[in-house]
Amino acid sequence: MSLLTALGVSKSFGGLKAVREVGFSLAEGELLALIGPNGAGKTTLFNVISGFFRPDAGRISFAGESLAGLRPHDICRRGMVRTFQVTRPFHRLTVLENVLVGALERVAHRRQAVRIAEEVLELTGLTDKAGNMGHSLTLPDRKRLELARALATGPRVLLLDEVMAGLNPTETGRLIDLIRTIHGRGVTIFLIEHVMKAVMALSQRILVLNYGELIAQGMPEEIVRDPRVIEAYLGAGYAELET
Amino acid sequence: MIRRLGTGVVFGSLLVWLPFAVSSVWQNLLITTFYFGFLGQAWNVLGGYAGQLSLGHAAFFAIGAYTSVVLHTHLGLSPWLGMFVGALLAALLSQGIGYLGFRFGLRGFYFILLTLAAAEICRLIALHLPILGGYTGLFINFTPNPWQFQFKGKIPYYFVSLAFLVLASTVVWLIQRSKFGVYLVAIREDEDAAEALGVDTFRYKMLAYAVSAALTALGGTFYAYYQFYLQPNTVASMNLSVDIMIRSIVGGSGTILGPILGSFLLELLGEFSRSYFAAGAAGLYLAIYGLLLIVVVLFLPRGVYPTLLGWLRRATGRHA
Repeated sequence: MSLLTALGVSKSFGGLKAVREVGFSLAEGELLALIGPNGAGKTTLFNVISGFFRPDAGRISFAGESLAGLRPHDICRRGMVRTFQVTRPFHRLTVLENVLVGALERVAHRRQAVRIAEEVLELTGLTDKAGNMGHSLTLPDRKRLELARALATGPRVLLLDEVMAGLNPTETGRLIDLIRTIHGRGVTIFLIEHVMKAVMALSQRILVLNYGELIAQGMPEEIVRDPRVIEAYLGAGYAELET
Repeated sequence: MIRRLGTGVVFGSLLVWLPFAVSSVWQNLLITTFYFGFLGQAWNVLGGYAGQLSLGHAAFFAIGAYTSVVLHTHLGLSPWLGMFVGALLAALLSQGIGYLGFRFGLRGFYFILLTLAAAEICRLIALHLPILGGYTGLFINFTPNPWQFQFKGKIPYYFVSLAFLVLASTVVWLIQRSKFGVYLVAIREDEDAAEALGVDTFRYKMLAYAVSAALTALGGTFYAYYQFYLQPNTVASMNLSVDIMIRSIVGGSGTILGPILGSFLLELLGEFSRSYFAAGAAGLYLAIYGLLLIVVVLFLPRGVYPTLLGWLRRATGRHA
């Protein structure tokens, strides 16, 4: 069953059509990737889905209900949460408090929220850093914190915007494992990613965006062989290299 | 715990003893410290915790002052009750300004300008409303009666202003410990990230504004019955808005002790620069006061209290 559905979604900034009539559906329990060259409109599409931008046209529905006119916090409370490509920790809050912000909307009592936050920190490997201030974290930890805060809201769908960017291969490998674990717990995942290793390792299905248009969608093996995708994004030679 | 309690008792007794031991100049200085500490604390809720800088808090102060005085003189309502009417009106005004600012996403300087403009409008309205005395202002006839918020001598005012400060600090302390407080800081640190995590940023900013405005109005009532004279160009002026804001910022906004410490330091600084330099050249003390303010803002950008705390932690070898 489709959990998230977009139909003919468009978004322009002045004369620039950042997203053009994009339609897709995300099934419950799926792990879907969105790829495309820089400036293809991937983050814009995430901003539209998560309520930060209002689409100029098109419809988005989540769990059978329209998201039209809802603000990001409404959408988060309905069970869909996003992370940011450029990490945005709350600098003058501790790591635990950062995660607490996400947990507090779910439960009435602070004590319960703290318990949720501690569980999430354990899962994301941040327990040791619980007392550190948000501004003191290294990039890999900031990426984990983005993930941890989002998880603390208890999402059905997690929208991950380039969580791998800037990480070294070891860190990337660990984060891939973490995302698998989260997915294994029943969270539906939709991720934007440039790191093809992660995309190929994780995704069950891939959407390809170019100049705001959806130019291909399909299984990972199909996508890497698709001539339009190779031309637009992967670059000639990638198909041979991988196969 | 017992040690803490002990410190509290000693400190409390000191505060009770203090007004009886000092001259009326110092009594006045302490009252002003407490009441500006109170105003700084009120501002702190919106500016320090939620990070929405307001340069228009004089408007709420003036509403609090005028409302209780007008209700008292025309309807005979005790200022102890009238001040809550003023607080309610101030909270209502804050919701109007807040709706304009927050609904249309004004941030930073644009929000500051909006609050400043709103306060100026209030000042101009006050200047042209006959019931508020216009340019002449309003005089309050002194009739000593505690129920009418009018006391003989400075000592009762000392304790009332101290109680106000304790009340505001308790409110801020409770906010800081609650979900509301965590949300406000999250909004200050990164509004979009807070919104993405399910925080209704609009609602919580509006709530912070209402609390901040209502408390500020209570301070206005205190001022009215301490000075017995109200004039729009003082009680609704930008000068006053700056005075309120600066205490919180110098002491350390977003902390409970910041506004109190800031108020204390600035009162002392003002008093000493006045008494030492006023004789030399007119206005010199203001220049020195300003200069010292610049020094504080430049070298202790987060405020005196967080900086002191940082030094203390480093000195005792504990980590922040």
